[in-house]
Amino acid sequence: MRITLPTWFHKLASPPHFYRFARLLGPWLLWVSLLLMLIGAWGGLFLAPPDYQQGDGFRIIYVHVPSAYLSTMIYAVMATAAAIGLIWRIKLAHAVAAAAAPVGAWFTFLALVTGALWGKPMWGTYWEWDPRLTSELILLFLYFGYMSLRSAFDDQSRADRASAVLALVGVVNLPIIHYSVIWWSSIHQGPTISKLDAPSITTDMLWPLLVMILAYTLFFAAVLLQRVRAEVLDRERHARWVQELLAGPEGEVR
Amino acid sequence: MRLLRAMLLRDLRLAFRRWGDVVSPLMFFAIVTSLFPLALSPRHDVLQSLGPGVLWIAALLAMLLSLNALFRQDIEDGSMEQLAIGPHPLALLMLYKSLGHWLVAGLPLVALAPLLAVTYYLPGDAVAALCLTLLIGTPTLSLLGSVGAALTAGIRQSSGLLALLVLPLCLPVLMFGSRATALAGQGEDISGPLLLLAAMLALAASLLPLAAAAGIRISLD
Amino acid sequence: MLLARGLTLWRGDNCLFEDLDFALGEGQVLLVRGPNGAGKTTLLRVVCGLTRPEAGSVLWKDQPIADSDEYPLALAWHGHQPGLKSDLSIRQNLEFSAALRGQAAGAWQAALSELGLAALADMPVRQLSAGQQRRTALARLLSSPARLWVMDEPFTNLDAAGQAYLQGRLQGHLAAGGLALLAMHQSLEALPARELWLGAAD
Repeated sequence: MRITLPTWFHKLASPPHFYRFARLLGPWLLWVSLLLMLIGAWGGLFLAPPDYQQGDGFRIIYVHVPSAYLSTMIYAVMATAAAIGLIWRIKLAHAVAAAAAPVGAWFTFLALVTGALWGKPMWGTYWEWDPRLTSELILLFLYFGYMSLRSAFDDQSRADRASAVLALVGVVNLPIIHYSVIWWSSIHQGPTISKLDAPSITTDMLWPLLVMILAYTLFFAAVLLQRVRAEVLDRERHARWVQELLAGPEGEVR
Repeated sequence: MRLLRAMLLRDLRLAFRRWGDVVSPLMFFAIVTSLFPLALSPRHDVLQSLGPGVLWIAALLAMLLSLNALFRQDIEDGSMEQLAIGPHPLALLMLYKSLGHWLVAGLPLVALAPLLAVTYYLPGDAVAALCLTLLIGTPTLSLLGSVGAALTAGIRQSSGLLALLVLPLCLPVLMFGSRATALAGQGEDISGPLLLLAAMLALAASLLPLAAAAGIRISLD
Repeated sequence: MLLARGLTLWRGDNCLFEDLDFALGEGQVLLVRGPNGAGKTTLLRVVCGLTRPEAGSVLWKDQPIADSDEYPLALAWHGHQPGLKSDLSIRQNLEFSAALRGQAAGAWQAALSELGLAALADMPVRQLSAGQQRRTALARLLSSPARLWVMDEPFTNLDAAGQAYLQGRLQGHLAAGGLALLAMHQSLEALPARELWLGAAD
């Protein structure tokens, strides 16, 4: 069974093409995401009414929920890129996976910290073995494993392929871990401890959240493009186009 | 069938040439489980509630102990190259290798578990559940471990890395295994978690040898 | 039969070979030569499908070796490491190889006695000398029906009698239409071999 990729994909996957494309698109994504973030923050902090149970404490969802969403999404992006790199031997895809992992780990960490800060007023403790926080913690471990494996190899191509295999095993495991944690916590705890959910969300609360999720996603895309550019420059440092770029008429690498 | 027999015969012979490697995970299992009463409390009710989790964690760590050597020798002496270029799919050979690892490192733990369970005052139902969950769960751990061992076989100083890669992936098995044991102790029906453990084993046996084979090819490259 | 096209391989920042082509037909032998670190072993491993080239492909009967069902049976690899388990006896090692490659049990016995190791068959490999271990690995290769022999420094660690015996077997293999790809430091007088030079060609 051989599945071929469309030609535009191969064209985009050529490092010099991608480098130029990312340089054009990156700043736009960044500015749009920052603008959306301001709108979302304004909507979330000033326009949305306080929650009738949690007061103003619930407003941390505008950071927590997008981070938690991105933490899983980035793992999926990483695993998809890894699979593309492994199957079609596209080096750029490996660069994308390598660039995405630390960003994903940071968002996972952010989701854990904001979850803990939110937990303090709700549960009275910073940490509770709530299923969502537990899943985030395990996800963080998965990111750690991925990044450690990648850094343990000296050879770039072996690091790419080995970590890609791990990412694929991890992405199949992710839903299993998630549902195991839910099952495990349903046995342990009664319904007395409420989950980290905005209990009764109104439209005023919801739209800033959606804007924030979009803003974070675009922000991730912008950061990813920037990181992949750096990764590509490093990997292709012997290629002629990089040498020309470095010594080019612009005189600097932009 | 001849291949399976030859593989198992070879791996078991090699394992039993080095008795210490077979026995030390067992000793480790016994010692770790005896640490908890000494460190925490010898009270029956405390140990009874801790027992399922402690026994499962100790079994998981004991299996991890033997993983680092799973493919290393084969790669260093060149036998893995002969396996990899041979006419059989490498994934099939990996499945047999995992089976061999489980027979040496997993099955003895299942046999030792009831003895250790007695020191935690587990009721009879829980002991039976412990053995059953270990019997279904430890093969999955062997398969998961084979992927980690394959990916790290070409790296020096990899035992810490191996644990970091494999442990998070083992958590579902650990959670279902220990919780099912505890539930059985409370007299509840545990056919659900047992079926889920079996499903995980089926999934693991069909997918993970492929990943292990890919890992071996990368380590040989 | 065996065709390599446009093979390119980098190790870190070093290019071992670029756009390398060669062909090997029935009854032909190709010596891969070059200084240490030139990539002789790596090229052999590429031909065995153990190392993936950056670019290019190896074909067996016009089929990429990864897709060929025949290739694994046609190939015998005699690497630098003997590929024997040191805790097992010669018999157990060779019996396992026979099972792995689907050969009849005991197919290795003739080759082993020709190599003068029949009396040691039940001795653990760990107690053998380096030369005896190479001979055991040779017995595995010689007893296989493989058409393509890929051998890395096959004469290393062999005494004069062993070298003469191996040369004779190689001649027989080629006369029967076999193929051989050998990484060598010295040239082979007894065989009409083509040579492929890797690394600094000076």
